[in-house]
Amino acid sequence: MSKFRDSKHLIRLAVVFLLGAVVFVALRAAVIPKSFGRYGPYRGDAIKELTAQPLAYAGHEACEGCHPDVLEIKAKGVHAHVNCESCHGPLAKHADDPAAVKPVKPDVATLCVRCHSQSIAKPSSFPQVDAQEHAQGQLCNTCHQPHSPGFDAGGKK
Amino acid sequence: MILDRRQILLLLPAAAVAWDFVLAGTPEEAPNYNMSSHWWGMLLDITKCIGCGSCVRACAMENDVPDGYFRTWVERYHVEDWHIENPRVDSPDGGKEGFPASGMTGGKNFFVPKLCNHCTDSPCTQVCPVGATFHTPDGVVLIDYNYCLGCRYCIQACPYGCRFFHPERHTAEKCTLCYHRITKGLTTACCEACPTGARQLADLKNPKDPIHAFLKDHTVQVLKPHLATGAKMFYNGLDGSVR
Repeated sequence: MSKFRDSKHLIRLAVVFLLGAVVFVALRAAVIPKSFGRYGPYRGDAIKELTAQPLAYAGHEACEGCHPDVLEIKAKGVHAHVNCESCHGPLAKHADDPAAVKPVKPDVATLCVRCHSQSIAKPSSFPQVDAQEHAQGQLCNTCHQPHSPGFDAGGKK
Repeated sequence: MILDRRQILLLLPAAAVAWDFVLAGTPEEAPNYNMSSHWWGMLLDITKCIGCGSCVRACAMENDVPDGYFRTWVERYHVEDWHIENPRVDSPDGGKEGFPASGMTGGKNFFVPKLCNHCTDSPCTQVCPVGATFHTPDGVVLIDYNYCLGCRYCIQACPYGCRFFHPERHTAEKCTLCYHRITKGLTTACCEACPTGARQLADLKNPKDPIHAFLKDHTVQVLKPHLATGAKMFYNGLDGSVR
């Protein structure tokens, strides 16, 4: 059998294909992030980056460590299951450095009615009042202790 | 040590596999959090929601949500007895500052808190052309903000309208189920701030989670079950009129 004389063409073509393949593989390796595909078809490091977001709400466990007195008052009343930051706002910075960041006392005039103003859409078992008729201009904490708002709890702390 | 050809041929693929692990680095940063032992969802109890908007405000403060956009919001429904297919729904500023008196009388009236349903078979992750939105192994749908192109396909794909386009970052944006909190053992900001316990984070893989007892003796439903999205936001007392 005689030798195939035009084998050079094929070799050249093969070299071009091979080079293309090498460039493709190299580019792919350079462009795709290392963590892509670790958990699925996405960048695995993205999970870690999202976990690094700072906290605004410290969580009630953080409050209870330093304020057991309030916890005790709260535990007896109907507000036992209302978390601290629900009324006092986000206080992770205060929990991190209690001396530097002091929480502002909530404004009773707007705070209480946010939950307790009368509305037809609220569950009927939830305590609701017409603030004007109920308090006649007086602040809620004149009669109610916000941490345990029964009548006998007795006014301002 | 001299290796013959047979040994080298066997060792090469083994080395290639090992090198992949070297490149991947340490698999998980938080040593106390194991993604494979959680499966997150939430319980939303409509019979307890009072529409105070604490969750909406808490979410905005925790996650720096721009004004006028919502990762979670509250809707107020008014359903007439003879018009169950056409409820009247309003949500002034997402319920962020509570709800002014509606002036409605009669019919059925209730609040529905809404957020991303963190679907098991989510339509939004399926349409992403670049793999920027994804499921974590613990069942949370997240967005890789560094990878998102801002094509908005996912915003259109979400049947619950839970996504929006971030006006400054120019990427898609949505509820992360406070992933930075739940991985540290805390609850979400909305659940933390909810005064009535109408929202409760649930770990469906944890046999001690109170969700299991609740699901046993309550009639719960997910939103739009006919879409088979595998939504994991379970609503107690959900009315048929809720869309």
